[in-house]
Amino acid sequence: MLDLINVSYDSQIPNNVGLSSDKKVLKALEKWHPGYINWWNDLIPQNFQESMVYLRTAVSVDPKGWAKFDYVKMPEYRWGVLLAPAVEGRRIPMGEHFGDPAWQEVPGEYRNMLKRLIVIQGDTEPGSVEQQRFLGLTAPSLYDMRNLFQVNVEEGRHLWAMVYLLQKYFGRDGREEANDLLVRSSGSEEAPRMLGAFNEETPDWLSFFMFTYFTDRDGKMQLESLAQSGFDPLSRTCRFMLTEEAHHMFVGETGVGRTIQATLEAMTRHGITDPYDINKIRDLGVIDLPTIQKKLNLHYTLSLDLFGQEVSTNAANAFNAGIKGRYMELRIDDDHKLQNDTYAVTSIKDGKIVTEDVPALTAINMRLRDDYVRDAAGGVGRWNKAIARAGVEFELKLPHEGFHRQIGVFSTVAVDPEGTIMSSEEWNSRRDEWLPTKADGDFIQSLMVPCYEPGEYASWIAPPKVGIDNKPGDFEYVKLHMA
Amino acid sequence: MNQPVKQHLIDPEICIRCYTCEMTCPIGAIQHDDNNVVVDPDTCNFCMDCIPVCPTGSIDEWRVVDTPYSLAQQYGFDELPEQEDIALEPDASDDGIEAHDDAIAALLAEAHKGAGGKVKAPASASKPTINLYTLGAPATAKVQGNYRLTEADSDGDVRHIILDLASLPFPVLEGQSIGIIAPGTDANGDPHLPRLYSVSSPRDGERPGFNNVSLTVKREEKGICSNYVCDLEKGAEVQITGPFGSTFLMPSDPKAHLLMICTGTGSAPFRGFTMRRQREMSSAKDSLTLVFGARSPRDLPYFGPLKKVPDSFMRKEFAFSRQKDGPKQYVQDKLRQQAEMIAALITDENTHVYICGLKAMEQGVEEAMSDIARGVGVQWSDLRDQMRNAGRYHVETY
Repeated sequence: MLDLINVSYDSQIPNNVGLSSDKKVLKALEKWHPGYINWWNDLIPQNFQESMVYLRTAVSVDPKGWAKFDYVKMPEYRWGVLLAPAVEGRRIPMGEHFGDPAWQEVPGEYRNMLKRLIVIQGDTEPGSVEQQRFLGLTAPSLYDMRNLFQVNVEEGRHLWAMVYLLQKYFGRDGREEANDLLVRSSGSEEAPRMLGAFNEETPDWLSFFMFTYFTDRDGKMQLESLAQSGFDPLSRTCRFMLTEEAHHMFVGETGVGRTIQATLEAMTRHGITDPYDINKIRDLGVIDLPTIQKKLNLHYTLSLDLFGQEVSTNAANAFNAGIKGRYMELRIDDDHKLQNDTYAVTSIKDGKIVTEDVPALTAINMRLRDDYVRDAAGGVGRWNKAIARAGVEFELKLPHEGFHRQIGVFSTVAVDPEGTIMSSEEWNSRRDEWLPTKADGDFIQSLMVPCYEPGEYASWIAPPKVGIDNKPGDFEYVKLHMA
Repeated sequence: MNQPVKQHLIDPEICIRCYTCEMTCPIGAIQHDDNNVVVDPDTCNFCMDCIPVCPTGSIDEWRVVDTPYSLAQQYGFDELPEQEDIALEPDASDDGIEAHDDAIAALLAEAHKGAGGKVKAPASASKPTINLYTLGAPATAKVQGNYRLTEADSDGDVRHIILDLASLPFPVLEGQSIGIIAPGTDANGDPHLPRLYSVSSPRDGERPGFNNVSLTVKREEKGICSNYVCDLEKGAEVQITGPFGSTFLMPSDPKAHLLMICTGTGSAPFRGFTMRRQREMSSAKDSLTLVFGARSPRDLPYFGPLKKVPDSFMRKEFAFSRQKDGPKQYVQDKLRQQAEMIAALITDENTHVYICGLKAMEQGVEEAMSDIARGVGVQWSDLRDQMRNAGRYHVETY
């Protein structure tokens, strides 16, 4: 167990921000750290805390230092404070301060806006760890268990990163906000996490993979936009977090892909060609493709809600202030001020879905969501390739962006996955065709049995094509503590 | 016809298009379209920065080709093409190939990964011979001696083993390794994979002028090969392959200062380096620095002989982590204690740094070096990359 009294904060926290010479922040982190460790220890079942997990730890930000693989007990994972290297002479890439030198300190006029964005981002990080806390108990393999814990410790590190910014740049308010991040918790009645998707539970591994594919991808888009920030420490923090986020995308894409693969292989083995022969397919201990489509529908639409209102003055203000940019701002060929530009936004007019041009500045959220949809479509295409290769006639689809929405213009209407507006009675009567039912959930749950032998996998998921850190197939990714 | 070349490719079936490699590549050799992420064969210089950042492992693909696949061809890949039947010219010197044997090359690549990029031999190193003996045609050596190096009350059993090659040519340089295959088969009935051991003797033999080499081997509880080697009796015959390794070599330049950092049997190559220096330039002053970590003096291989090497010839720092009355000390703690001396060494262009031992030591050493470099206003990663590119920074960990 980590010796809390003798933690040498200078060497225990890998950092590239000169922590040892920044007494004020070091003291604030020292005060915050025990609460964090308690949060972590209360969260994950004890025998996993004692297990040796083959994790990568970032100890510096250069390509060599950020992927150190070794066995670690999770509470002893070294959560570092790491910022991507400063870009010399970096300038604010958008908004009314376009071209000015990037801020190294918080500009007073934007203090609250910045703090709010950092707190929201920070709140999602521990939220997902809380949602996934029991998954280790039903891990389909040690490989998957390792991947889960890798995602968890890195979300933990991302919390650290946001807490560092709050403590370093926002004084007493920042310290209070940092403490509150450990008070709120996912699904809590009194103090829930700030965003809806982070209060939904993650009941099974397919949900986890869908979550990392769709919801963490929202995180990736948000981080990318914050990486454009004129506030340089935020930009550098987010840039480094993005390299880690890629692993989460990987877990999601390959997790769903391997689930599909196991289904296809079982169907082929038993000569089943009709993907809708659901009972027969389920009897083989694999998840049928139509159910996978329903899970996709659910997680995709919950994630679309995270982008907020299509037309938003908050988003416009943040862009204009140079606090948050667009996805890949530097690669966009325009004036980066958007004073006279327009952008096509969907809305509902007379019961019809229409697109209209609105001032581009107000459509920042919509644009980011469009970029997200494009990015999310890539993996779906690769899953479909595997289905086609197996000769099964089925295609996974992203549903229409109006389907099953709680936030934004579509929240007031009932839309089916094809994009047809219908009465809410009709929608409700057909809901079970589109979204997972309790029975679907129960079936998936019945497959969630742990598989803890090195190199073995639960029936419903195929082994990965390549091991983590190029390890062989039977590598013991987690040395379980069985006491 | 074109000379065959090695080409870097990305496996489109495994890549998830996160573009982290593209953002990491320092020279813009990686690009993507809506379909694939591809490597420009005219730009890629094999710096390997993209390898560790890839979350999928799809980045670590190589093909030997007569004509490199063009960007357009790569954009069209649905899957990677098979390796065609083409071989690279067996020339170890110019492209840093460490062994012409995939299994051994992979072992060495893994061991040298800690250097953080493409490693190079010191400019003044002698030319190594590699792959003279292979699995198909191994050399037979005879055990001349097998001595325990750790004291009787140590839990560790580290052995000094001398192999006689009689009249077989076996040109091996300090820092190179040989492969040993334990007899028998594994649970699947396959022959055991070779294990690599660094030679701990200098190039002219454990005893000057004799065709013998020495190894420093620690008995691992369940290690099939280490138990086999540690139990070898005098007169027994052993099948060996090699030599292997073409970068972890010592410079011949007499001005070069060697900073050698090791734990346990990681001292093997440094014993070779030290003996070579002693035989070549016995009156040299301040020629070597050794930072050596072990649990306690009785666990430290060659502790007795090392103490006899004069301090004026080699500066020695010992770190003991399990000494009864004394603080726990690791090599990184010694480095920090001697920060001023280390800083002076690493900023001197005549210094060659060698790190050898367990993988676990890498991180602590790396962090200590970063702090020491920062103390003199230098970014360690830059300095390290610069040293590595000049063939002055070497890591071999396992």
